[in-house]
Amino acid sequence: MIAHPGGSRRVLMKGNEAIAEAAIQAGCDAYFGYPITPQAELLEWMARRMPEEGRAFIQAESELGAINMGLGAAATGARVLVSSSSPGISLMAEGMSYMAGSEVPIVLINVMRGGPGLGSIQPSQSDYFQAVKGHGHGDYRVPVFAPSSIGEAMELIATAFEVAERYRTPVMLLADGILGQAMEPVDLRFRRPERIEAAWALTGADGRPPRVVRSLHLVPEDLEEHNLHLQEKFRAVAEHEVRWAGEQLEDAELVIVAYGTAARVARTAIARARADGLKVGLFRPISLWPFPSALLAALAERVRGMLVVELSAGQMVEDVRLAVEGRVPIAFDGRTGGMVPSPDEVVEALRELDTTGLAARRSRRARRRQPGPVSGPEHTHERTPLAASESGHEALSIFGDDAWMPLWYTSPVPSRRGGKR
Amino acid sequence: MSAVAAAPRVVYERPAVLTDVSTRYCPGCGHGVVHRLLAEVIDELGVAGRTIAVAPVGCSVFAYEYLSLDWCEAPHGRAPAVATGIRRVRPDAFVLTYQGDGDLAAIGTGEIVHAAARGELITTIFVNNGIYGMTGGQMAPTTLLGQKTTSSPTGREASLAGYPVPMTEMLAVLPGVAFAGRGSVADPSAIGKTKAMIRKACEAQLRGEGFAIVEVLSNCPVGWGMTAPESIRHLKEVVVGTYPLGVLVDRTGGKRNAGAPHPAPSARATRSGATAQEG
Repeated sequence: MIAHPGGSRRVLMKGNEAIAEAAIQAGCDAYFGYPITPQAELLEWMARRMPEEGRAFIQAESELGAINMGLGAAATGARVLVSSSSPGISLMAEGMSYMAGSEVPIVLINVMRGGPGLGSIQPSQSDYFQAVKGHGHGDYRVPVFAPSSIGEAMELIATAFEVAERYRTPVMLLADGILGQAMEPVDLRFRRPERIEAAWALTGADGRPPRVVRSLHLVPEDLEEHNLHLQEKFRAVAEHEVRWAGEQLEDAELVIVAYGTAARVARTAIARARADGLKVGLFRPISLWPFPSALLAALAERVRGMLVVELSAGQMVEDVRLAVEGRVPIAFDGRTGGMVPSPDEVVEALRELDTTGLAARRSRRARRRQPGPVSGPEHTHERTPLAASESGHEALSIFGDDAWMPLWYTSPVPSRRGGKR
Repeated sequence: MSAVAAAPRVVYERPAVLTDVSTRYCPGCGHGVVHRLLAEVIDELGVAGRTIAVAPVGCSVFAYEYLSLDWCEAPHGRAPAVATGIRRVRPDAFVLTYQGDGDLAAIGTGEIVHAAARGELITTIFVNNGIYGMTGGQMAPTTLLGQKTTSSPTGREASLAGYPVPMTEMLAVLPGVAFAGRGSVADPSAIGKTKAMIRKACEAQLRGEGFAIVEVLSNCPVGWGMTAPESIRHLKEVVVGTYPLGVLVDRTGGKRNAGAPHPAPSARATRSGATAQEG
């Protein structure tokens, strides 16, 4: 428990609990959830802390109940968090579609586990398609942010509330079982986004015309107009909310594209590959939708190949291919079912890409390569290059030697110690 | 005498929250009567300005066009969960759900049972016409045995489709339920009694006594394949045999939890736990 954040700057926290506390400090008014591994500690933390703060907590009868309680609370303008893991997220798909359609801001966390079906309780990234291509029915998109460390998840939860309220949209935080279950030292830095006047929220029609929060537009012309409005909003999100991080891209000839836990593995693999003489960089999408396609396309102009690493059978790799449009070979390395690729396995895939995959194109591409930094839009976060690890090969953790280091923070983020207003 | 007789007196007028539009309901449908009863009670209690109502999926999906209130649309069956979310962050609101029998007794059974079990301070108007009207007259869990519908073309058979579900009786056994009753729109007498129950169910919420539900037996002339008068006769003579009218449980007014203080809500959130109804 964080009794006095000012006292100790870094504490060891479990991911689920750190995310939950960060949500509370970000001003979450209500939390609704249902027990499911590997996110149950998030629910448990909220069960204890939300009543302490005088805020709403319900352990719902199902994920259907939880997401719809979220809908109701958020429709009144409250800041609402709902969390679950993969099978539960499938049940919440209906509610997500309704909230996208009726423009209700909410933050939903998916602590992904292996699928399909009941699958396993081990970490996975196999819900990428579900998260970024839409959960429920209808033409809609939802911003999806994928943290790579517990510290980053704590910051992104505040960002998620901010983006949700700015665009009146559900936002998903896509984590996985490792981020939920692992413990890392985290900085107790919290951020509470300013509240925006919700001139649409249901508060009772006292002294003003009634308001209706709805997704129903039975007349086709009306629904098309509503859809055009939504698409306009999605374009604005795509323009302004792209987030990514890069490492050692300046001299990179090969790039690993990975998010979340896979990026942690990739980072260790890159240190080892560089020790072996391969010039490899990391491109880490943080917003999975909007996907940093333009940045990847620009990067593809000056590298020889890309390796996509995922804890899945290959989902984000499709978006990478769409972004790169055949400019360079794209290789894939992934494990499924709760298995995590080892750094050595990733290094092996890099070597294969370097030798076989690129042999035919190497000389031609090398002549055309144009060095220079990748430039991107605002709201990007490029990390300064790290020195290659000397102890990478001896690392015991799958995170390698950087297990303690949040991947994202490049410079101090303005923090409010204690997080209170 | 003549002076008294000359003074105009309003004996009947449109309730303030009932909008002045034609409904989309079929001729003879009972929904309009139920809307009016609810509108009258909301006016009488003076809670229109703080009411947040939850509309279902089904024939009454457009309820927000007929009652001039803040409304939230709910996915099919989920109205009690949506209402729960509203209630927990808006302790001062008056929270209603208006649901049909497909919504409440089929797809939404989980949500209604647990909202009632938690004793959520919401009032549910449950309109039971024993059929899925909007989708073309299919069998509902509430459809009578032997009743022909488009999905039970030879009549509902218990061996294939089970028995009518007495939802309100089932809910009445839960301690979180402050009031549960069943009325009907079959005739003026029944309508008057139904209004009294709706008022009681709303007052139960205002007094913080727990979850309250009024099931209103209604007709569906089109779905039942009857004229409007035939459907009313059927309602009075046949439907009430399966669904008896009357108060099913009344724990209001100190009949339970006498004097039990209701936890004071905080600024944005009300009861922090699920135990508030246990005195």
